[in-house]
Formats: sequence, C-alpha cells, structure tokens
Amino acid sequence: MSRVWVVGVFAALVVLLAVGLTLNPREVPSPLIGKPAPAFELPLLEAPEKRFAQRDMLGEVWILNVWASWCPPCLIEHPVITALAKDGLAPVIGLNYKDERQNALPWLKRNGNPYRLVAQDLDGRIGIDYGVYGVPETYVIDRQGIIRYKHIGPLTPEAAQKRVTPLLRELKRAG
Amino acid sequence: MRASLVALAFAAAAAMAQGGDAELDKRATALEHELRCLVCQNQTIAESNAPLAVDLRQQIREQMAKGASDQDVIDYMVARYGDFVLYRPPFKATTVALWVGPFVLLALGALLAWRRVARRRAPQVELSAAERERAHKLLQ
Repeated sequence: MSRVWVVGVFAALVVLLAVGLTLNPREVPSPLIGKPAPAFELPLLEAPEKRFAQRDMLGEVWILNVWASWCPPCLIEHPVITALAKDGLAPVIGLNYKDERQNALPWLKRNGNPYRLVAQDLDGRIGIDYGVYGVPETYVIDRQGIIRYKHIGPLTPEAAQKRVTPLLRELKRAG
Repeated sequence: MRASLVALAFAAAAAMAQGGDAELDKRATALEHELRCLVCQNQTIAESNAPLAVDLRQQIREQMAKGASDQDVIDYMVARYGDFVLYRPPFKATTVALWVGPFVLLALGALLAWRRVARRRAPQVELSAAERERAHKLLQ
C-alpha cells in the first residue's frame, strides 16, 4: 500500500519536472495580446525625414518585426521573415531596435530587405511600450489595430507555418 | 557584491543627474528591487546591467520625477511585461497554486507522517491473564 503511494508520488514528480523542462522560461505570456498596439510615430530608417505611425496600418492585417543589426538571432530568423513577406499574406513592418543607421542599412543590403518599411526606435522607448525584452520579437496586428499574437525570439519556420500563417488567413477572412 | 556596487554607482549618477533628489532616488531604488529584469530573469532591474534594465531604471526615474506614484510605475511595468515582472507575484486566481501549494504540500506531508507514526504505535494489544502467564514463561 505505502509502496504504491511512494511510486505514485515519484511518478507524479517525474511527470511534473519533465513538463517543466520542456517549457521555455523566456517565453513570458504577453499582457498585450488582445490589446491595442501601443501608439508610436517614428522616423523611417531609409528616409528619416518621413515618419511612420502604427495608426497608418489601421484597416490592414500586418506583421511587426522587431530587429537589430547587432542581434545574431535576427540574422537566423531573417529567411523566415523574408519567406513570410514573400507569401504576401500581410505586409511586414520592421522596427529597428536600438540600432545605428550606418549599421542597419548595410545589414539590409547584405541580407535582403523584406520590409514594406522600417521604423527606427533609436532609444528603445517604443520597444518598452511593446514589452520587448529579447530581440527579435514578432507581432501580428489585426485590422482594428489589436495585437493578436506575439513571438519572442527568432521566428521559427514551424511557428511561422503553424501559428502565424493560419492566424493571418483567419484575420483576413474575418475582415 | 559587484552588482550592488554598480547599482550604487548608477544610483549616485542618477541622483546627480536629477539635482541630487535623494528622496526620489530612494523610492526608485526600492522599487527597482521589486521588479524583475526580463533579460536575466533571476535578477532585479536594480541588480542587472542588461541594456534593458538600464533603460527601465531610467524610465522609472523619469516617471517618478514627473510625479508618478510607486503604483503608477508598477502598473506601467505590468501593462507591458505582465505579472512576471513582479518579484512578488500578486495573489489572484492564476497564482493560487503558487501561494497555497506549499502549505497544502506541508499539510499533506504532516498528515502522512502522523498516520505512519500512529500505525507504528498501534499494536498495543491488551493481554489476557493466561497470555501474560505464557509470555512470562517464555521470557524466563
């Protein structure tokens, strides 16, 4: 009787710890899901005299990708972002996070520019409003300007295929 | 140790930058010890030197200088990073297991231990006179 108990408790512990090991402590659920995308108006990376505001995208489903030229994981995820942009389901807007123009522009030239446009968040202030803590981060924002999905860290092909693409389709259907 | 020195140096620098507002600095530093740095998750933003922690410390001080209360700053942080940013998680429906769990486990352990001890004590059977006689003989 008591041996059954001990084995049972031990097995329960093993299951609990095994599940715990597969979780990623870096993936903190964002409180921003379901909330309006924080407002910003920033200069464009390519043309600093022009500005972009998140409200310019109202009425469109779009992807916001936070990246920087100093961020190696951003380079890893770049082909995934590029493929997403090529799919043409939704425009990808870049948010260049705490970067220098003279580094960011050559980076885009070298690795290709999948972005419709890139806004420049020089001091990272807008990043804080979006709860950014580990570049790259990717957001899906709907026509009403509500954040529907957030991916922390490099967007994997799996996440793009299984989460982002179906969500984009659904949001576009929903109108 | 080094982290606290750096924090101290930073606090001093920030105090100087703001015209030596010691009161505000004390409040900000106290609050920074309550907030988690999301880059290095086992450190508070007071201890961490991650660029984000530096930015957030600056944010906190700017907001306080503009008259934000401690609660205003906490709300600002939770709105962006969630409850995870609080080193002391709030007591609510999603965190009940976190707060109550250890006490439930403690009670469960105490119950099991008590049952085990009680069972060990159990075989104190009253002997009849004849049995006592027999035991007495066996022991001699």
